[in-house]
Amino acid sequence: MIPDVATIWTWLDQVPDPEIPVISVVDLGIVRDVAWHGDTLEVAVTPTYSGCPATSVIAMDIETALYDRGVRNVRIRTQIAPAWTTDWLSDTGRAKLLAYGIAPPSPAGGPEACPQCGGTALTRISQFGSTPCKAHWRCDTCLEPFDYFKCI
Amino acid sequence: MTDQEALFEYLLRLGDSTLILGHRISEWCGHAPVLEEDIALANTALDLIGQTQMWLGLAAEVEGAGRSADELAMLRDVWDFRNLLLVEQPNGDFGQTMMRQCLFDAFHIELLTALSQSDDNRIAGISAKALKEVTYHLDRSSETVIGLGDGTEESHRRMQAALDLLWPYVGEMVTPDAVDTAMHAAGIAPDLTALRARFDTRIDAILTDATLVKPDSTYAQTGGKTGFRHSEHLGHLLTQMQWLQRAYPGAAW
Ligand SMILES: [Zn+2]
Repeated sequence: MIPDVATIWTWLDQVPDPEIPVISVVDLGIVRDVAWHGDTLEVAVTPTYSGCPATSVIAMDIETALYDRGVRNVRIRTQIAPAWTTDWLSDTGRAKLLAYGIAPPSPAGGPEACPQCGGTALTRISQFGSTPCKAHWRCDTCLEPFDYFKCI
Repeated sequence: MTDQEALFEYLLRLGDSTLILGHRISEWCGHAPVLEEDIALANTALDLIGQTQMWLGLAAEVEGAGRSADELAMLRDVWDFRNLLLVEQPNGDFGQTMMRQCLFDAFHIELLTALSQSDDNRIAGISAKALKEVTYHLDRSSETVIGLGDGTEESHRRMQAALDLLWPYVGEMVTPDAVDTAMHAAGIAPDLTALRARFDTRIDAILTDATLVKPDSTYAQTGGKTGFRHSEHLGHLLTQMQWLQRAYPGAAW
């Protein structure tokens, strides 16, 4: 029996992002479409950053997860346009990031509050952090450094 | 030159420029003055290499000769590269690297802004994506050029020397040739002459804030994007960048 698309989405929602494993690839908003073409399942995935090394790992993780559920013919299609935006990060994803210690993206261009203590006196250390999607900030209240998931 | 050939040339210009600059910046990895700058340089290099995969991937598709993006990047020699001369120039000191970056970013952001309106949807899509990344690149490189230019006597002296050294490579970026004109006529690429005005406005504002003096000379080195004459530096860069694929053809991991 061929699993329906809604079921596939719930499976994909259990595939963790390789670099920030607390959120799923669905939370991240990079799975753009899931559709059956005959007996082949096509999953459209959009890269976060052009050179993000996680992109190929994500494709492999998705294929493996679906294979484990019995889906044998999977095609990953890379979809560049429209370009990924942090607006596609789900509300669940944002909450999980915050609980994990990463400040979620904010339209203001910087974090709203320190994910550790909630302090709002914050200093940007660098616009470029440990992965392409994050910037490096410091809380002036608790003095802890933290990652900010930057807007793009 | 057919339209298809001109498009292939144009895509090589885009992809080769991001590839060579990406490689140049990656040479800093583990050597930058502070950890944050090291990470920022590596991230910028990664963005540019990612953009290269898209541009050269499309170039390979347009060429239709069965070559892949990897083969275009790793198995062509100097005379087949179409990158701007600016990006192949050596890193010099950190200030010189950031000056080169800022000059390129200020051009790159204008080019991608225009290309994201291209009649060619594939080019528009790649450009819209790259533009988001390059916005961060220019933020950082312009802040650094301003900080160092308007910094100490020594940092100011070095940034002015870097500007004087690199300025002759600016003209090539913003002066149209036959390929640029053909692409503009086809609705694919912007009018470089109009783009130059926007580039000038942008770079003038940065240099003023940086208390640096733009050289008077309009002399421009050319020959990079046409492939007519690269500087001696490109060959040395390729011997490092392509070494693995040349020594172990087809190696993969
Ligand atoms: Zn705090």
